[in-house]
Amino acid sequence: MKTFLRLTAIVRPYYLWMALAALIGFATTGSGIGLLVTSGYLIAKAALQPPLGALQLGIIGVRVFGTARGVLRYAERLVSHSTTFRILAKLRLWFFDAIEPLAPARLLHFRSGDLLQRVVDDIQSLENIYTRVLAPPLTAILVSLMMMLLLGTWSIQAALLVMFFHLLAGIAVPLMVATLGRGTQTGIMELKTSQQVLALDFLHGIGELKVYGKLPAHLARMQDNETGMLRLQNRNAFLDGMHESLTGLLMNAAVIAVLCALVPGMQNPGANGISLTVITLAVMASFEPFLPLPASMKNLEADTHAGKRLFEILDAKPETTAPAAPAMFPDNPVIRAENLSFTYPGSYTKTLDNISFTVEPGRHIAIVGPSGAGKSTITSLLMRFWNTSEGELTIGGKDIGLFDPENLRRNIALVSQRTYLFAETIRENLLLAKPGAGDDELKRALTAAGLGSFVSKLDEWAGQHGMKLSGGERQRIAIARVLLQDAPVIILDEATANLDGITEKEVTGTLAAISRGKTLIAITHRLKAMEQYDRIIVLDKGKIVEQGRHGELMQNSGTYRRMWELQHTAGPV
Amino acid sequence: MNIDRRLFQLMKEEKRPFIFSLVSGSLASVMMIAQAYFLSRAINGAFIDKIALAGLLPLLGCFGLFTLLRMLCNWTSHVKAEEGSTAVREKLFTRLASKVAELGPLYTRSVQSGRLSTTMLKGVEALDAYFSSYIPQIFLALFTPLLVVAAILPGDWLSAAILLLSAPLIPFFMIVIGKSASAVTEKQWKTMSRMSGQFLDILQGLSTLKLFAQSARQRKNIEETGENFRKATMKVLRVAFLSSLTLELVGTIGTAIIAVSIGMRMMEHRMTFRHALFVLILTPDFYLPLRQLGTKFHAGMEGASASKEIFAVLEQPAPAAAGSGSADAGEKGISFRGVTFTYPGTSSPAADNVTFTIQAGGTTALIGPSGAGKSTLLNLLLRFLEPEKGSISFDGKPLADISSEQWLGMISWVPQHPHLFNETLRENILIAKPDASDEALHAALRETGLDGFVRSLPRGLDTMIGEQGARLSGGEAQRVALARAFLKNAPIIVLDEPTSHTDPELEAQLRSSMQALTRGRTTLIIAHRLETIRSADRIIVVSNGKIAVSGTHDELIGVEGFYRDSLFIQQEAAA
Repeated sequence: MKTFLRLTAIVRPYYLWMALAALIGFATTGSGIGLLVTSGYLIAKAALQPPLGALQLGIIGVRVFGTARGVLRYAERLVSHSTTFRILAKLRLWFFDAIEPLAPARLLHFRSGDLLQRVVDDIQSLENIYTRVLAPPLTAILVSLMMMLLLGTWSIQAALLVMFFHLLAGIAVPLMVATLGRGTQTGIMELKTSQQVLALDFLHGIGELKVYGKLPAHLARMQDNETGMLRLQNRNAFLDGMHESLTGLLMNAAVIAVLCALVPGMQNPGANGISLTVITLAVMASFEPFLPLPASMKNLEADTHAGKRLFEILDAKPETTAPAAPAMFPDNPVIRAENLSFTYPGSYTKTLDNISFTVEPGRHIAIVGPSGAGKSTITSLLMRFWNTSEGELTIGGKDIGLFDPENLRRNIALVSQRTYLFAETIRENLLLAKPGAGDDELKRALTAAGLGSFVSKLDEWAGQHGMKLSGGERQRIAIARVLLQDAPVIILDEATANLDGITEKEVTGTLAAISRGKTLIAITHRLKAMEQYDRIIVLDKGKIVEQGRHGELMQNSGTYRRMWELQHTAGPV
Repeated sequence: MNIDRRLFQLMKEEKRPFIFSLVSGSLASVMMIAQAYFLSRAINGAFIDKIALAGLLPLLGCFGLFTLLRMLCNWTSHVKAEEGSTAVREKLFTRLASKVAELGPLYTRSVQSGRLSTTMLKGVEALDAYFSSYIPQIFLALFTPLLVVAAILPGDWLSAAILLLSAPLIPFFMIVIGKSASAVTEKQWKTMSRMSGQFLDILQGLSTLKLFAQSARQRKNIEETGENFRKATMKVLRVAFLSSLTLELVGTIGTAIIAVSIGMRMMEHRMTFRHALFVLILTPDFYLPLRQLGTKFHAGMEGASASKEIFAVLEQPAPAAAGSGSADAGEKGISFRGVTFTYPGTSSPAADNVTFTIQAGGTTALIGPSGAGKSTLLNLLLRFLEPEKGSISFDGKPLADISSEQWLGMISWVPQHPHLFNETLRENILIAKPDASDEALHAALRETGLDGFVRSLPRGLDTMIGEQGARLSGGEAQRVALARAFLKNAPIIVLDEPTSHTDPELEAQLRSSMQALTRGRTTLIIAHRLETIRSADRIIVVSNGKIAVSGTHDELIGVEGFYRDSLFIQQEAAA
């Protein structure tokens, strides 16, 4: 219930639209009732053989309601669809706002697109929260109230009877069916999730399953899962059918009850048989809005489940937040780490263990070491993706936590191992680094990054749906971004690790050219052209084991020299 | 009316619940007529004949009885239709899964990622509405209105005629709606999926956005796309809904006309109140199933279009059975003889009359530029592909004579990108030999250098990995695959050496693990590292689907061509 209330709070800005849609929906159902009622009035009146003119009212009523129902239904569909789209857009914005502060520290599980796709699907399924969950009960309540008012003017007794049956159909039966089916919808959703995981394992691991003779067993597991899900769906159908039948039964029971209450009065002289006919028909028609309630209950359970999954993600606390009075990025950005340690949550070992180093402005330093040494963690800390655990990390003498993360990131440019390109144009992908940059500027950056051939392709699509860029081209786009960003500090985090030898050489050359005069921190496990660095910091298992220039380190017979020799002799010759 | 022949065939295989459902549904309609009959008589009795309540009780009792029966029939019909639908879905899912299993890893890799799983899961599910409500509704939409007309006709041919005349308008408009709706649905689906694709893209690139402090701009993007989508769709819907407006009006105006016409006739004493009421109660029930068909039409269409993808998979040609070939009995090792394979849709063969032998107990290295056909040969050996010409034999026995399961049981396979299942690390390794002892498991971990990694995990071997668990690096995944191979201890090893640049220290470690694994075993390896190539007993250089040259390192080093060129490049890159 709490989840549901939170969900409805998100769509609050559209309450007015929903109210409008509900009102028109109510008017639609009302016209349906009106049509039947006036028809009944017409024939009942005709049975009394009045003068022809007396039928006029009924005839007009029949025509008006007959037309109104269709027109109102049209209006209702338009308004409710429009509202649904508004809600979907709102949900996406809401989710984006809530998840943005959490990236990337709290979203490590979402590196695979499949899991994110599920999140997107969950949001999509919530778009119907108005039409399928909120609207049906709202219409039922309004129709019920209207019936009370109308019937009350004729017969209090009939009104109370109908109210009784409406309460049964609107509250008791749905509650009973919900109790009987508790967990069915959640069970189906859970089985669907596990089926998705099984199917992915099946489709991606089919080779392994074959080689290890596990294919029949895996197929059987999937089959079991499917059967379990279908069984739950059968159960669902059983309950749906029951709900529908009970509602129908209540409708007819209400008719019988009202007749039993009104018929004795018919014996009185001057009793009006017209109202008897009209009321019976009205009672029958008034149950129509109760029919969609079962589906509404089911959607409520499904939506709550989807909402719960989303809130589970979003309720994490952001790792880093902007301070109230952020410091300005200094002109003289000396980066200093002092006794810095870092441990990832859920891990036993310190990824960085009491390290200290200083990078003076304009210097080029390299951080090297085997994988798992903690090199990239230094990037994450400098980019404020994570908070430091112990010790100090300062820029220009101020603790890194004092800066606004956005401001910090504008001043530290990063090229990582894999460059993400959005499914937008090359232009859009470049403008990220410098919004508002002119075409000339973009073209200059592309040319300088070694992508002269892209100058004419600014408006072509990059990323998923557009042209496929090679690894080298992606990294060059990242370099063009760095040029545009023009930050005083550049971090290269294994920027060339995914490139082949020749491309790597070219890209490295370009990077060296653009970082002249700026602070550069290059993180790498591949020891190439190491002479260019003012200092090399060697990390191993989270500790700094050596520091110095290439020549000095080669004098020692430490980790660096061992790595260098391994790569230049035993490696691919 | 949108009844797919193949879907209908599926239904016929599970016809019992569907027939049951249709019979109960029809019975419910009969009960409905009876209800209207007794109710109109009861009201007539009270209103016109002024009968006291006691006198009306039999009529009301009958009304109640038929109500009860009708609801029971409806319920049964509903449950049975779903039963039929789930039976069909279960069958379809099984067929789909076994078909994909039969088509194998090369097929699943060739299809755009995500599409197959969508077909298997969402596609089959989308058929539910088709079978459980659309098809039964088609029948009821024909049967119930006709039954109502038949009930009204004897006493009031005029109303029956009005109903019958207005009825054809409904299918007519439905077709109009269907046509425009299907175009709209399709278009909307596409925009919708593009929009959710864009959203996914933004979420995936969230870190990049943060790096450039551009989150706010993308936020505006999301907002604008949503609003543009809404406006564009509403423009289409305003027109599309017009046809359903017409449909609705046919029903309500039909009711109005009948009410007025019977009222008039009552004034002229040409109709009794009892019959008029009977007609009036039944009139909405004449239009209702037709209108419901309109709403279910949509779901039906979605199912029918989903089924196209399903049948596209089911109708994939099964991989050709292996052609049996001759082989020299008594020959040791694995021999390819004149093996040819062409991928469907390509003109030139990926393996072109290839003949070579993998010596028993030795290591044979396949090298060549990417796209030369190395992986094809590997897949042929693993029988993920079957040769269209020629044969492969093992110790003189054609593979065609050995069952695929038996053959794969003799092989350890270390692919370049091993799949990690959504299970614990332990289960992921034990997949190779579920009954392996703890000692054997730990030996495999030691051999592959995984033991240190396992110790660093808080939950050790019981850590969940794969899709929903901890992510392993490429090197770690590779070592898991090697550990599987150690555990399986099969006589034949098939290795696809990683091309990606992993950590050199790690690489050295992996290479020594691989050497330990292949020692004394019959090994085929796609090699990228010179070190590996040099230590192979035999090197086969593949080019354009053919064997360009083969021999030992010392033999090949003297020959001009790919082997020497590639050596040159590797030396260059390392320098």
